Amino acid sequence: MEALIEEPGTADTTWESRLEAKALIPGTSTGVAFKLWVGGLLLVLLVGIVAYVNQYNNGLYVTGMRDRISWGIYIAAFVFFAGISMAGTLMSAILRITRATWRTPITRVAEAITVMGLITAGVFVIVDMGQPLRLYQMYLNGNWQSPLMWDMMAITVYLTSSVVYLLVPMIPDLAFFRDRLPGRVPHVQSWMYGTLSFGWIENPPQRRALAKAVAILTVLIIPVAVSVHTVLSFVFSTTVRVSWNSTSFGFFFVAGAIFSGVAVLIIVFAIVRRRYHLEEYITERQFTYLGYLLAAMSMIMIYTNATEFITKGFKASDDDLFAFRELFATKFAPLFWFYFFGGLVLPVLIVAFKRTRTITGLVVASSFAVVAMFIERYFIVVAGMSVPLMPYEPSSYMPTATEWAIVAGGFALFMLFLTLFTRLFPIVAIWEMKEEHETRVEVAP
Amino acid sequence: MIVDLRHCDGCQSQGTAPQCTLATIEGHLLPEPMEWIEVYESPLEGGGTQFVPTPCQQCQNPPCVNVCPVAATFSAPEGVVLIDQDRCIGCRMCMAACPYDRRFFNWGSPPVPPEALLADYSMEHQVQAKVGTVTKCDFCVDMVRAGSLPHCVAGCPQGAIYYGDLEEDLATNGKTLVSFKDFTTNNNAYRLKEELGTHPRVWYIPGHGEAVGRDPHTTGRMPTKWPWIERAKGAVTWKR
Repeated sequence: MEALIEEPGTADTTWESRLEAKALIPGTSTGVAFKLWVGGLLLVLLVGIVAYVNQYNNGLYVTGMRDRISWGIYIAAFVFFAGISMAGTLMSAILRITRATWRTPITRVAEAITVMGLITAGVFVIVDMGQPLRLYQMYLNGNWQSPLMWDMMAITVYLTSSVVYLLVPMIPDLAFFRDRLPGRVPHVQSWMYGTLSFGWIENPPQRRALAKAVAILTVLIIPVAVSVHTVLSFVFSTTVRVSWNSTSFGFFFVAGAIFSGVAVLIIVFAIVRRRYHLEEYITERQFTYLGYLLAAMSMIMIYTNATEFITKGFKASDDDLFAFRELFATKFAPLFWFYFFGGLVLPVLIVAFKRTRTITGLVVASSFAVVAMFIERYFIVVAGMSVPLMPYEPSSYMPTATEWAIVAGGFALFMLFLTLFTRLFPIVAIWEMKEEHETRVEVAP
Repeated sequence: MIVDLRHCDGCQSQGTAPQCTLATIEGHLLPEPMEWIEVYESPLEGGGTQFVPTPCQQCQNPPCVNVCPVAATFSAPEGVVLIDQDRCIGCRMCMAACPYDRRFFNWGSPPVPPEALLADYSMEHQVQAKVGTVTKCDFCVDMVRAGSLPHCVAGCPQGAIYYGDLEEDLATNGKTLVSFKDFTTNNNAYRLKEELGTHPRVWYIPGHGEAVGRDPHTTGRMPTKWPWIERAKGAVTWKR
């Protein structure tokens, strides 16, 4: 492999040539493990598609949802995937604005997670619809008053802008791939690099234009991201359901999005780092900082949950008490306490102690956080709907095999997108790292 | 609509399931388990229960209409909230928004008796039910226009349900004619969950069937049956 990427004249492994060589690895190498992984994902995806075809033919009858709990795990998955899409914006935009240079090696993958997360979230909206072929009605007869309409607009804008935000800073790196990879990859692939690098030849006007475009996008995407997660919460909090009746839901969803986004980032980085041998660039430092972020967001989540439960529990209306009893003591109690202790408290503890603040420790903490956040989305949706509105027996909901298969298919889709991205695109922001390296070298005598 | 709860005994005296519900099922050929007008049994302060027939409340400020992303559910000019099942995308946001649990989803291919196949679909009648869309009580506006009373009003053996026009200030249960204003004011009428600001157009006169001799401590009502379900080929039914 090393021989493959060796270029004449770069035998002396300078920092720069080493980086370039490393960046080219994913684009040129495939192993058995990779093929097995992709094959496995395709299989799960296929099962999901078969389950969906079955659902499409028989109606949502094949799900566990019914009139009284009319949203279920699909909407939970929708909120979850929309949530982890916050990762990219946080890493690239919020941290770029604060000039946190440690995030440079990891921005690209984070931005990719944003795009893939949003696409998967969109898939779950369509999966949940009773008449998916009528989606065009949203464009034809959209009702501007509806939070779902705001949601669709916000997500469409977010998806568009995050695709642009993924692509624009990638242009110099795509040009690098365009120049270095022909002959080693299929023709279509090098054609793609050529097209997507938009004639980048790295002259000063192009560099200035790029810097300006990135700066503008950075500022613009932050309010878009925040609005997406806020509006998403409005889908719930604009109804009169007692568990969703909260003014802090917007903030809560944004915090949850950042939290789950950071957790997903840590897991993905750990995998990418090992798989593509990027230990030199994605170091312990990145993981430690991400760990701090994880712990901070985790504490914000604990805080938000506490304010919500204390203010509602103090007044203790009958419906609130019913919801609390289900959440804390009966139906959803195992899920809730796992979420609280496993997903919120445990990550803080793991990050707090130096001995556990290792990459393995952080991956464990993040895995707990990701599972817990999916569970949290699940009980927000389902527990919120299980409070009876009229004098009837409380109903229950349990996802059916079809729903599990489709949700698993959704996860496979997300991972497949991400795998193919890391395989086909420059996953390290080569030019940004070079730039920063240069400034560092200049500053340091 | 005004429901005089003093006259509603949940059809305990008839020995049947509530006949307003049954008449609605027959009239709209409703798939099981839809009860567009559902007779809830709720506890009274001092023990015992009352029966509360609950159709769609036809709110003046309808939460369902406000949240529908494609305006498939809307307030008609006469004030009734209707659903266009040819436009509904099946997102079920309206079901999350309705505070009265009065919206139903066609989860599967709805069972239809043969006669339903002859019906022309109209938003005011909603026969036949369409899979993957939301449906609910439509206040039988098409029947009223043709000069007859809604199924539930005509079906009530005790004359407990009055139907009329707010602007004309008239309502009838098919036997007597009352002034809406006088009848509601004189009998302390109330509306369900009035505090939500939905302004329902269904008023209730407090009671527990005392006018028709019901003992509030005799609880329970007969379960609803869907009489034609055997005749519906390939019927799929589900639980609420």
